[in-house]
Amino acid sequence: MDPRLYQIASLSTLLVFGVARLDFQIDALTIAIALGVTQLTQLACTRIWRLPAFDPKSALISGLGLCLLLRTNSPWLLTLAAVITIAGKFVIRWRGKHVFNPTNFSLVVMMLLGGVWVSPGQWGSIAFYGFLVACLGGLVVSRAARSDVTYAFLGSYTGILFGRALWLGLPFTIPLHQLENGAFLIFTFFMISDPKTTPDSRAGRMVFAFLVAAGATFIQFGLHRTNGLLWALAAFAMTVPLIDRFLPGKRYGWGRTSTPEHRAPAHRLAVALARPSRAHFGWSVPGASLSNALAPSRTTAADAVFRAVRERSCS
Amino acid sequence: MKRLIGGALVCLASALPLASAYAFCGFYVAGGDAQLFNEASQVVLVRDGDRTVITMANDFKGDVTEFALVVPVPTVIEKSQIHIGDIKYIQRIDAFTAPRLVEYFDANPCRLAVQEMAAPSAAKALMRGGRSDEIRNMQLGVTIEARYTVGEYDILLLSAKQSTGLAIWLRENNYRVPDGAARVLTSYIRDGMKFFVAKVNLKEQQKLGFTTLRPIQIAYEDARFTLPIRLGMANANGPQDLLVYAITRQGRVETTNYRTVKLPSDVEIPDFVKDDFANFYRDMFREQVRKNDSQVVFTEYAWNLSWCDPCASAPLTPDELRGLGVFWLDGTQPSGRGGAQDAFVTRLHVRYDAQHFPMDLVLQVTSDRTNFQGRYVMRHFWKGDESCPAAQQYRAGLAKRRADQARALADLTGWDLGTIRGRMAVAADWTAPEDRLKWWQRIWKD
Repeated sequence: MDPRLYQIASLSTLLVFGVARLDFQIDALTIAIALGVTQLTQLACTRIWRLPAFDPKSALISGLGLCLLLRTNSPWLLTLAAVITIAGKFVIRWRGKHVFNPTNFSLVVMMLLGGVWVSPGQWGSIAFYGFLVACLGGLVVSRAARSDVTYAFLGSYTGILFGRALWLGLPFTIPLHQLENGAFLIFTFFMISDPKTTPDSRAGRMVFAFLVAAGATFIQFGLHRTNGLLWALAAFAMTVPLIDRFLPGKRYGWGRTSTPEHRAPAHRLAVALARPSRAHFGWSVPGASLSNALAPSRTTAADAVFRAVRERSCS
Repeated sequence: MKRLIGGALVCLASALPLASAYAFCGFYVAGGDAQLFNEASQVVLVRDGDRTVITMANDFKGDVTEFALVVPVPTVIEKSQIHIGDIKYIQRIDAFTAPRLVEYFDANPCRLAVQEMAAPSAAKALMRGGRSDEIRNMQLGVTIEARYTVGEYDILLLSAKQSTGLAIWLRENNYRVPDGAARVLTSYIRDGMKFFVAKVNLKEQQKLGFTTLRPIQIAYEDARFTLPIRLGMANANGPQDLLVYAITRQGRVETTNYRTVKLPSDVEIPDFVKDDFANFYRDMFREQVRKNDSQVVFTEYAWNLSWCDPCASAPLTPDELRGLGVFWLDGTQPSGRGGAQDAFVTRLHVRYDAQHFPMDLVLQVTSDRTNFQGRYVMRHFWKGDESCPAAQQYRAGLAKRRADQARALADLTGWDLGTIRGRMAVAADWTAPEDRLKWWQRIWKD
């Protein structure tokens, strides 16, 4: 099963739960703008970058992410955020690989611009364990594609919070309270786990997860700023090319059936050039439809290479 | 021995069936202020960028020699950063932001064209210095960073290396430190916090002639935007109420480590509540706390300070706002009543205990400038004697409206529905005696 379907179901459930039970201050117009503009931007980018097909799933995940996290009184700022979310992943790339998680990038840019806010406290700890089970279920369903980064982050962040509590002499109810938060779970299971914006090697991903955890706690407790997780992920996403250089590994491929090692050399070349992406919480997408291009029954390997090269040069 | 006062922060110590166009019309008739809650502490937080002015209301009742206040603060505070405020400003902002009851009068259904639009109406010690003290302080790892006398208070700024030393120091200096406090002090000390310690200077108090303790105000610049509540819980007997009036330039304030939810508002309730609004507010708050598992912070009011509708009291003047520490008002604004103010106020109300609120409150200023108020609507039914078809239809719908109002009230407050019906003086089918009057009985009411 396409793991994005599970994510869409999970995020939609969270959104319905948030609106119905947690008094999320969002209305139908907000949801319509977030979902509609992300789809339209995806469509526009598909045309501009001449991708073979329009794929709505990743943009839907990004739109749901904005609904869950971004708050603003201005429909225009929300529209801008939706455009940045999708356009950002087409524009900001390094060697065919996305630098930022799209939703994370959009949130950070919009917070810098002002007029928007993110409410990490909006989830409270109601139904936390229900969330947790749903998130872990997602890992199982998606066959744990690069879930090592999730586990590494979970371990690092938990370790730092409990270590800090030990050092300060805080009761453990405090780090537990900090962890029992829906925002933390969404970040851990739907955002940092984006395989296209994490390092290629397992060692690199361990380093990356630790850096994000350490950075987030420094921002929260050293700089006393909110949304440390979001700022840290955006900041350390920029170190991923460096980590990949020193700890190289195999690029993430588009599903088991189209990973380079299972394909003919021409396909491998195509994949290596295009670095197709995978969806997660607004994961990158330009290459998502490349799987269609790579389908041997419908196209030749040479076509695939051509399209991949064209896509890369466009981005 | 001085008792470290608990409480606030700090101390150690719709169903509205109205046309939306008229949603904010109506007469303000009653408000609920902080005095309704026992053990309620009040804090005014003025914040812009990293600059904060905190005003701590002091409702200490009793022998002032028993009073002591210990507040963790992020930096050493200079004397000029401390000010003694005026309680009347806190009372003003409390009254201005309190949940309110508004009343409407149903129009004659026979003359639908006539609609009244009611204009909002304003209703209603320190220790002697000495060589032996210094040695003792060194032994305990406690440093007196500064000492001042401001107004009727003697103030010390302490830093400490270890909590046991600080706890011993406080006990040796006649502060009654609860057993659980030492561990809490440890975390603040290791986090680099200083301690602001205040007690009453009797001589100064007599000289100044004040009989009640005035609020202490502190201005500081630090990225932290928190309200330390953990020390206050160390010696608490049960849940405590805290009211925070946060004034910013940007918009609404919320907590980032607890859910902030809006108090239910714009609900139509039976008119007997008018005479019992204080109990209504108190019980409604208790019920909403229960429904949210005691885990949330409530927003009771969020509004641009330039105006209000309906006004629970007159808008604060620029002078009053400056009295609360709104430092960006530079005195060029008119000092009359109301007027445009570059300020937004949020009233947060939390009932906290150690079990549900293990952390200090961490706050953030958002860009949200949506106006919100805790507002409850009382509608007086039309009692005219006309008997046009619309009037008959109107009277036929009254029983259902009464039932809806009663259920809404029961849902808000947890009050028993039967008791509510009894107080409304209506029958089991929600009809009132006047519903059954014949048309001729309405002519001669005597």
